[in-house]
Amino acid sequence: MNLLSDETLEAHLDAATAALGLSVAPDWRPSVLAHLKATLQAGRLVADFPLDDELDPASVFRP
Amino acid sequence: MSATAAVEAALGRIGKAEPALGAFTDVTGERARAKAATVDASGVAGPLAGVPFAVKNLFDVEGLATRAGSKINRELAPARRDAALIRRLEAAGAVLVGALNMGEYAYDFTGENVHDGPSRNPHDATRMSGGSSGGSGAAVGAGLVPLALASDTNGSIRVPSALCGTFGLKPTFGRLSRAGTFPFVHSLDHLGPLANSVGLLAAAYDAMQGPDSDDPYATERPAEPASPRLEDGFADLRIATLGGYFANGGDADCFEAVARVAEFLGAERVVELPEAARARAAAYVITASEGAALHLDRLRTRAEDFDPAVRDRMIAGATIPAAFVARAHRFRRWFAEAAAKLFEEVDVLLAPATPCRAPKLGQTTLMLNGETVPLRPNVGVFTQPISFIGLPVVCAPIFLDSGLPLGVQIIAAPWKEAAALRVARALEKAGVAFVRDMGAAS
Repeated sequence: MNLLSDETLEAHLDAATAALGLSVAPDWRPSVLAHLKATLQAGRLVADFPLDDELDPASVFRP
Repeated sequence: MSATAAVEAALGRIGKAEPALGAFTDVTGERARAKAATVDASGVAGPLAGVPFAVKNLFDVEGLATRAGSKINRELAPARRDAALIRRLEAAGAVLVGALNMGEYAYDFTGENVHDGPSRNPHDATRMSGGSSGGSGAAVGAGLVPLALASDTNGSIRVPSALCGTFGLKPTFGRLSRAGTFPFVHSLDHLGPLANSVGLLAAAYDAMQGPDSDDPYATERPAEPASPRLEDGFADLRIATLGGYFANGGDADCFEAVARVAEFLGAERVVELPEAARARAAAYVITASEGAALHLDRLRTRAEDFDPAVRDRMIAGATIPAAFVARAHRFRRWFAEAAAKLFEEVDVLLAPATPCRAPKLGQTTLMLNGETVPLRPNVGVFTQPISFIGLPVVCAPIFLDSGLPLGVQIIAAPWKEAAALRVARALEKAGVAFVRDMGAAS
């Protein structure tokens, strides 16, 4: 399955923007899809890197 | 020179250069004259006494709406108090003369702004100043003010500093208070100065340090002034050039600038910061997601009022799966630990600031690794992995020829700003790095 196919990206955008209450005008759509593809590619690059389960996120909250 | 004379001279330069340069969005002349008179009457001394400065317009300035480069925010009520760093600089005798143009909501590397027009490169008005702190780079590079404040989330101090030929300091994450500034990405935002000399850069940095309970991210470490050791040279520092990711993809002259600096410093060693491309990707994901989340309500109700280039990136960013973002924050820890390991062997790292000299205004693509890529997200390819883990960096301006400047990042371990500033000062003293006199005073 191609996770970044045009169909997958279109479906992702439609579902996520509906859930978030965002509208995408038809003339913005190609640009939004291009950014979505680039950002998901970056996300996959990060997610593909093996990390120890014990590794804490770098964002720390100290009350 | 008295504060009043310095401020009048700066206001005169700004009046001549604007609006053509596009660096300033607000000039606070009346306030500046009043403050200058106070400084002169008080007899405040020191390196910042009477120094005119300006701030990126995401800093709160009492009486002005904090527009953050946007159309939407200028409808906000005027700020009731100056940002913390403005207050600290003015307490040391510096005088605010205005607010500076920037890319909308700081999501930008170009210095272009669809609402206010572009801030132009002082070395070639047809070229970009770099962003998002384009007005800060343009104002200092053109010689209108010797000092400006800016923010840097992924490179927004270092990119305009490089393209406009100024010194710039992005301190360690958490070093300087962000109180009273409009955010972009809370996890990654830094503030810092740009200046026309390393001495002024260090003096401003020193005056702005110190804990601040108004910013939960601000460090509780006491101030560690850099100025007292600025002239100590670099003989005791282990300096290396970053290879691998940081030695590929850009134009040849970006690497030539780094080589020139390395040669002067006698830095022959080349080291690798592992997984830098992945670090950049992680910063990209966190930025897209957190930046979009900040603006979600505005994206729902005022999408038409955004700069389209910012809006489209933010809508995409809002939809990124949370699992990718959480993973990116955990990778940040891994990458910070890898950098800490590297800093056991070296004190200072050198890398290019940008992959090219200032692009043409309106240019939308860039050649990277022989591939045509969108310009807007990619100018920060060399800055983004460094700010991702909050390392302190001085950007030093290098003029290889009579053309446009380039920037070299002088990167130190966390909290070691003083080391990077010492190296920058040595480069300045030797004439390797300098801010070109643009004749604004004449």
